[in-house]
Amino acid sequence: MKLHEYQSKQLFASYGVPIPQGQLASTPDEACRAAGELGYPVVIKAQVLVGGRGKAGGIRLAQTPAEAAEAAEAILSLRIKDLPVRKVLVDQAARIRSELYLGLVVDRANRQLVMMASSEGGVEIEEIARIKPQAIHKVSLNPFLGLRDYHALTLAKAIGLGAEHMRAFSQIARGLYEAFTHWDASLAEINPLAVTESGELLALDGKMVLDDNALFRHPELESWRDVDEETPAEREARLAGLSYVQLDGDIGCMVNGAGLAMATMDVIKHFGGAPANFLDIGGGARAERVATALRLLLADAHVRVVLFNIFGGITRCDEVARGIVAALEEVQPTVPMVARLVGTNEQEGREILLASGYHLITAATLEEAARKAVAAARGEAGG
Amino acid sequence: MAILVDKTTRLLVQGITGREGEFHARQMLEYGTQVVAGVTPGKGGQWACDGRVPVFDTVLEAVQQTEANTSVIYVPARFAPDAILEAADAGIPLIVCVTEGIPTLDMIRVCAYLAQTGTRLIGPNCPGLLTPGEAKVGIMPGHIATPGPVGVVSRSGTLTYEIVYALTACGIGQTTCVGIGGDPIVGTNFVDVLELFEHDPCTEHVVLIGEIGGNDEELAARFIATQMTKPVTAFIAGRTAPPGKRMGHAGAIIEGGSGTAAEKIAALEAAGVQVAAHPEQIPQLVTRAS
Repeated sequence: MKLHEYQSKQLFASYGVPIPQGQLASTPDEACRAAGELGYPVVIKAQVLVGGRGKAGGIRLAQTPAEAAEAAEAILSLRIKDLPVRKVLVDQAARIRSELYLGLVVDRANRQLVMMASSEGGVEIEEIARIKPQAIHKVSLNPFLGLRDYHALTLAKAIGLGAEHMRAFSQIARGLYEAFTHWDASLAEINPLAVTESGELLALDGKMVLDDNALFRHPELESWRDVDEETPAEREARLAGLSYVQLDGDIGCMVNGAGLAMATMDVIKHFGGAPANFLDIGGGARAERVATALRLLLADAHVRVVLFNIFGGITRCDEVARGIVAALEEVQPTVPMVARLVGTNEQEGREILLASGYHLITAATLEEAARKAVAAARGEAGG
Repeated sequence: MAILVDKTTRLLVQGITGREGEFHARQMLEYGTQVVAGVTPGKGGQWACDGRVPVFDTVLEAVQQTEANTSVIYVPARFAPDAILEAADAGIPLIVCVTEGIPTLDMIRVCAYLAQTGTRLIGPNCPGLLTPGEAKVGIMPGHIATPGPVGVVSRSGTLTYEIVYALTACGIGQTTCVGIGGDPIVGTNFVDVLELFEHDPCTEHVVLIGEIGGNDEELAARFIATQMTKPVTAFIAGRTAPPGKRMGHAGAIIEGGSGTAAEKIAALEAAGVQVAAHPEQIPQLVTRAS
């Protein structure tokens, strides 16, 4: 689960990370009032869960109430990478001398957390890695020892901070580490971490991604979830225990297993089609789950054909076929459907589908299924 | 010969009285795996799987009384880290964790501890291990595989079955099929398994099934280029996956523009690996290279 800038900064601040004075606003009036209380100049920042806000015009400086109202109005009417801007953060503008980067990520290969710092803050870390990789400094953190002061000092020295900033930097690094580990993050970033003209360190921006697998430990964060992070269909799927990601093609896919679901999308693309979604119905084959999945697929008006790709392992094809038939009875789809059932009890499964009376185009291989789905999506008669 | 599990494997099932645990314990017994013990705290003294498997309260008791040398874990995510640590502390050298949904920070601590004890962990969130005709540890369907010279290693579940099934259908058997799991932090990665296959005299060819996210495939490519003599064929799932969206597996996500299928395919091809455009091409590529 991704957190907004204001949420991330609020968590960081509760661990002693200094952040600018700021207020959240959802209307131009609120933004103006906030700016008046904070004092000009202010920075008005779109709160959306995508990068590239600056380039999209989602971050603006305001020197006067008129500018603040105008900026807030403009930003609140934006859509950034297709996401509506519902809230802005109004922050006191800082006088910046330089911009640093500080982040904490999971190093999958070494199975440890890695803290990264750079003197080249203010641009995305991936961009720094591309143009100036030698400017990124890292320390690996043993989980039993955590972040020690010398780790922070090593990073501070490496990015050229003077003695006057060591303590403040250490405190920020520790705050970031504690926020990360306490809230089970998978990413926490302060970018930029500003050195102000008055010589202070200040977290001007914050980003945090939480580990979905650990959310059971933090039920209080459920209300922090942004409804725009997922489409309504994705939300319904999540609540039903399905993995669903909406895409922009026209072939709806229902598959058991995440890897196979991705492979199915790839094969569709390979044969000239476009998948409408990623959908993993998981193990087991309960009819109500299959029905929910089918309803979700068909609710997408772009879907012109549905492709079932089921590999029966422990899950038996005849069980899945019964699930599909029950779902068809409930949903009564009108689009063509291609079904490929392979593996355990595949013959019984196919017979159940055939006996159901629904017109399903069958296929023996994934390639054949994909070709037939692509043809059906183009309006060509299938087999 | 095979890797990791074979006829001599003496298997312990943690969570054997649960729905999943009992079901798969039966499947493994039917396959011919020596399932020697089960563990469920509070149910010691009972018997599972129609009286065929004794149940113990702790892993230590089970090991002392049955000489179990491998454990497979089916307990829920919030108890699984403890189950792994308990098995490691009881001296089990090989642990397979099927459980899905374990928090990443828990796994980082578990892996750091296992590095000290020298225990090998497969998974979590994995389908396990299958040495055709000898032993099945985990949840892979046994009948899709047949003995032969190809080693299979994968981050996926059903996609692995799909490819193993396609190999078997073309008359190409397998030494061992290894599902390393779809989480960001797993106990055993591609390189570890490639090294085992490289040293296994019965494995002549390796099939690697990767997916988007992380850089395990890139590390595998480097290992293949520098340290492997056996041919490798690969498939990478997720060419069409959008960035920033988790594709089912917690580890399958393109973050910050890295972890894409294109990068992985390029790295593998540069290492001399044949990369299939779709899963059903794998048997053909394996035949051509052999």
